[in-house]
Amino acid sequence: MKDKRTIVTPEPAAFNPITFNAEICDGCNRCIEVCQVDILIPHPEKGKPPQVLFPGECWYGGCCVAICPKPGAITLNIPLMNRVYWKEKEI
Amino acid sequence: MKDNPCNCREWPYPLLYDKTKEVIADVLILGGGIAGCWAAIAAAKKGVKVAIVEKGATIRSGAGGSGCDHWESAATNPCSRISPEDLSYAMIEAHNGYNNGISHYIECREGYDRLLDLEKMGGKIRDSENEFKGAEFRDEKTKFLFAYDYKNRFTLRVWGTTFKPALYNECRRLGVAIFDRTMATSLLTEGGEQSTRIVGATGINSRTGEFFIFKAKAIVLCMSRPTRIWLFSPGLPGISEFRPPQCTGDGHAMGWKAGVEFTMMEKSVRGEWSGERSFPPYATGNTHNTWYACSMVDAEGREIPWADREGRILTNISQRYRPATGQKFFLKGGGEPDFPVYKYQGPDILPVQELLNKGFKLPFYADLTRMPEHERKAIWGLMVGEEGKTNIPVLKAYINEGFDPEKHLLQSYGEGWRSGAFLPQERQLFGLPGGIINDWRLRTNLEGLYAAGDQLFASNCHGHAAATGHYAGRHAAEYSKRAFETRIDMHQALEERSRIYSPLKKNEGIGWKELNMRISRLMQHYCGEIKSEELLKTGLGLLKKIRNEEAQELTAHNPHEMVRALEVMNILTNAEIILHASLARKASSKHLHFYRSDYPENDPLGWHKFVTIKLEKNEVATGEKPLDYYGSLKDNYESYNSNYMKEQQQ
Repeated sequence: MKDKRTIVTPEPAAFNPITFNAEICDGCNRCIEVCQVDILIPHPEKGKPPQVLFPGECWYGGCCVAICPKPGAITLNIPLMNRVYWKEKEI
Repeated sequence: MKDNPCNCREWPYPLLYDKTKEVIADVLILGGGIAGCWAAIAAAKKGVKVAIVEKGATIRSGAGGSGCDHWESAATNPCSRISPEDLSYAMIEAHNGYNNGISHYIECREGYDRLLDLEKMGGKIRDSENEFKGAEFRDEKTKFLFAYDYKNRFTLRVWGTTFKPALYNECRRLGVAIFDRTMATSLLTEGGEQSTRIVGATGINSRTGEFFIFKAKAIVLCMSRPTRIWLFSPGLPGISEFRPPQCTGDGHAMGWKAGVEFTMMEKSVRGEWSGERSFPPYATGNTHNTWYACSMVDAEGREIPWADREGRILTNISQRYRPATGQKFFLKGGGEPDFPVYKYQGPDILPVQELLNKGFKLPFYADLTRMPEHERKAIWGLMVGEEGKTNIPVLKAYINEGFDPEKHLLQSYGEGWRSGAFLPQERQLFGLPGGIINDWRLRTNLEGLYAAGDQLFASNCHGHAAATGHYAGRHAAEYSKRAFETRIDMHQALEERSRIYSPLKKNEGIGWKELNMRISRLMQHYCGEIKSEELLKTGLGLLKKIRNEEAQELTAHNPHEMVRALEVMNILTNAEIILHASLARKASSKHLHFYRSDYPENDPLGWHKFVTIKLEKNEVATGEKPLDYYGSLKDNYESYNSNYMKEQQQ
């Protein structure tokens, strides 16, 4: 069995699904508890933004953003290849 | 970061690999999504002790946990002009019989009851703020908003982002014990034997690694359908498919090992959705489902014509929401058949090839500016906003980027509701795929074991998950009240414990993503669009080799990775089930999207039936059932549910 003091490193991300604004986020960790894929972990220091440990596993559901009580603290970044084109209608 | 350049840190949760927790419940619900929560609520209301085991977070877990824009088949709502019988038989006929008559009748018969329950729990199901007052899809008395067929009014537009937290709170209010971040890993059976009564389950916590033994008189399987069988992205595993990445067919895999009987597992369709291979669901312009019936224009701004089932061009937008002359009703939304059946075929835009022949130029764009205000707001703001993953990733993200539905044209990237093209071998269990075969109690072939939602064969949609969840939960509760006490076979539980922890015992080996990719690519090669005895048998042989050799090298470094590794083992089991089922049907079938090059004739005489498959003494046993094995829908329903009918009347 593995050692009980397991060391982890955030997986190198091909994509960064979630970013935090440390100025706004107060580390309440609600986003961690609502994430059904469990990709976030609490910051070792209380009051700081969570860490994205498994970025590739994000389902991009947005529940983390929806539950956040501090607007702007957390951003869901849609992968660039999924950005959809729109244009102004010519009248 | 500067003090810790590798950004490494200790695992944030206590590690309890050496701990075992025993939990006792009357009814155990495996999977806390839509079906699971409804099963728990129904069972708890029967006064029995209920526990939910959920791999994610019950408050939002499941494919419909983040939202739901429309509630299909609410045939008993006061505005409906279609009976549950007419609607169910239409759904069966539209799929040429390959449908779950029992579960869809339950959906049609009880779906509306569940909506009313949801409202009492705090879910929003009507336009109480009169935002859509005067709209032709609104009933002014009930304030219900309808979708698709405005004449017959059996599908409601709803505010589904409010649903899952309401269900979660109701579970808690009723005293349901919720075990979040806990993966159910196996079923425990009487005497540890296959094909016997179910007496419990095992689980593992994905944060602490703690092992669980759940003892229960009845279990309801609510763990959705398998994904990542053919489609897997190691870079973006979370959006390999449509459903959440943790829907890995855990329930199918544990059921299979216990001896549960499945049907239609040979059915897979060419990929329709994957965030990695196409765009996120409902994020691009189209005319289907959430976007029904949005106007579209071509590259030069010419409006794309809509036609009725006869090909007659519709002259106004309102006609897109009405049956054709002489037609009683039509089927649209998630339950729309893959191959249109004239009787139930609704309005649509002309096929793309026909449009190109007529001189329309690609690309096409959704043009919300052409829609009447109420329709525009119903699509953009209500349905795009309340459906699945549309609230934050589409509605709010696009608004933030400056998208204005009154000014902009949103590009379409695929035919129908798709937003990309897939290769023939890139397949999915989608639409109405296979699953567990059920009786009129939604019981499996094993005593004490029930199933609901997408774990049932030929299942889909939020309302179906809710209705079948509630139904299975109350029948499981009734069974648990008269069932004898059970005993766990500790040898079976401890064997499972040893299996679970084995990836943790290796420091080096194969990671879960590499093994998933191996299986998915193999399935593309040996169980793609064209199937044959030789391909399928070779595929099975290779899967066996993976199980005996490569999978033995699976490694994990923490409880989270351990759960991911166990999931891939379930994907492997599901791949085996699919290959066995594909071997068992020695005939091609149009409606099952099933092509055997060695049996090329579609649906030949004698093969219009369910082929069933299960393990018996660890050998694959196949069987068959007539497509109408469920008998009269109304009569059987009423004979099995007299208590429920009395309760509802009160």
